[in-house]
Amino acid sequence: MPAIEANGLERTFEGGIHAVAGVDLEVAEKEIYAFLGPNGAGKTTTVRMLTTLLQPTGGSARVAGFDVVAEAANVRRSIGVALQEAALDPLMTGRELIRLQATLHGLSRQAGREKADSLLERVDLVDAADRQVGTYSGGMRRRLDLASALVHEPKVLFLDEPTTGLDPVSRRTIWEEVEQLNREGTTVFLTTQYLEEADQLADRVGIIDFGRIVAEDTPGRLKAGIGHPHLEIRLVEDVAERAREVVAGFGKPRPSKDGAVLVELEGGAGGVAPVVRALDDAGLAVESLDLVEPTLDDVFLEKTGHHLEPEEPEAGESE
Amino acid sequence: MTRTDLRVVAALGARSVKQTFRRPQLLAPIVVFPSILLAIQTAGAGQAVNLPEFPPVNSFLDFMLAGAMIQATLLAGNSGGIALAVDIEMGFTDRLLAAPISRFGMVLGRLAGTGVLSLLVGIWFIVVGLIFGAQINDGVPGVIVMLLLVTLSGLAFGGIGAAVALRTGRASVVQGLFPLVFVILFLSSAFFPQDLLTGPAATIAQYNPLSFIVEGIRDPVISSLTWEVFGKAIASLALVGAIGIGLSALALRRRLRTGG
Repeated sequence: MPAIEANGLERTFEGGIHAVAGVDLEVAEKEIYAFLGPNGAGKTTTVRMLTTLLQPTGGSARVAGFDVVAEAANVRRSIGVALQEAALDPLMTGRELIRLQATLHGLSRQAGREKADSLLERVDLVDAADRQVGTYSGGMRRRLDLASALVHEPKVLFLDEPTTGLDPVSRRTIWEEVEQLNREGTTVFLTTQYLEEADQLADRVGIIDFGRIVAEDTPGRLKAGIGHPHLEIRLVEDVAERAREVVAGFGKPRPSKDGAVLVELEGGAGGVAPVVRALDDAGLAVESLDLVEPTLDDVFLEKTGHHLEPEEPEAGESE
Repeated sequence: MTRTDLRVVAALGARSVKQTFRRPQLLAPIVVFPSILLAIQTAGAGQAVNLPEFPPVNSFLDFMLAGAMIQATLLAGNSGGIALAVDIEMGFTDRLLAAPISRFGMVLGRLAGTGVLSLLVGIWFIVVGLIFGAQINDGVPGVIVMLLLVTLSGLAFGGIGAAVALRTGRASVVQGLFPLVFVILFLSSAFFPQDLLTGPAATIAQYNPLSFIVEGIRDPVISSLTWEVFGKAIASLALVGAIGIGLSALALRRRLRTGG
């Protein structure tokens, strides 16, 4: 039985906005599945439907074997949810929040106390446990949010953009915790706008754009599926147009990125030397040259026609 | 309602009370404003007791105590609504809605907190009143009745605040009800005897449920509570409470259906 299953899942909001326009997906037990897409692609709306926070306007979905509409209470008993922006009360302490979460999931007072102690230790928040959440850094809030989602040992864990806005160190800490949870047997469904996050964490990636899944597979197969590495050429002078003409004969040109000229090389590394010679013969001075293996961004570009541009971490979000 | 549901309501109620004490802007309107108004009115308008047709009282403070208490519970209801709207704005309600609890339990928890706050505020005004010379004619039973009505008032007015919060999801809108609280108060017998009001104010006050609730709280202080006055107060609270809880349930259902 899949841990998560959606068939033609749709959500249309007032005004006819199709936030999710027919999502089909299947996530196996103990899998980490990443939903990759830009802001507004439909990631959060899909998660809200799968976690019973929002009713679908079309299609169906089952989580942990239960229908998200007809058996919503059973779904809620089986899942843990850490939502975008860490929806935490800044006036509560970390310990109070986890104890409240334990009560919400029917744990006894004693069990809630013990659970709070062990989870705070797990996410390294023991020292901050009795401080109000408003004093926490962004990374601490995400760790607390993650801990609170684990209070009832859920079979399926939903993480909506768990690292958005965090600095690289805090991000890596969350990744390690997610990997550990998965090793312990938890199925993880996470949404992200970070390519590296999907690449690093996910067993499988679903790329969503304008409310539809446009590609889905393991990161390795998705990247292999789009073919060859590409050469990223930066020139000393602003002669990109001429450079594009020169390299056009060596492979399929790609849209420029940050001023660099991009060309696919069928022969991989073996094709670099002829390109350099041709640029030299044309009198074009090269500043830098990188042979880039296909990335999920390339997959995204191939499938959607545009690059994925995630939000940059906000100042002050680091620990 | 199961035992777990009751534990959840109690836990959310406790959170609500703690939240109010930790956020001065929620506590100030409930305690400070009515206390200041009570002090100013009793100090500045004490001679009103000499007006013809003013009910026989030991002091103007005895008369004003009920008005201050009902003002505080109205503002507690409003503050509860603001806090619920803030929960919606910051996504905290999603945490509650994603848990396997009765979804209306979220509202009941908030109302329980408002009820407890109203009880505490009731105790505060009785203590302050007694310190400054108020005399409660019905003694301890009168105090118990007053605290009961004040607590129920908090629950009833909290329902209205919760309904607006759930319908709009915006704290600023609930906060916008603040002036309306005073309009409703001044169009009742909270601060002035019913018999001395004239014109449209008298007519509105005559049918304003708040007047019946205030009389129920005031009578144990200035005279002696009768079953008729108590019954009218309870009926008015039931009416306001039914409207508040009914509208809250409808607003919650709509919010869950539309997602906002």
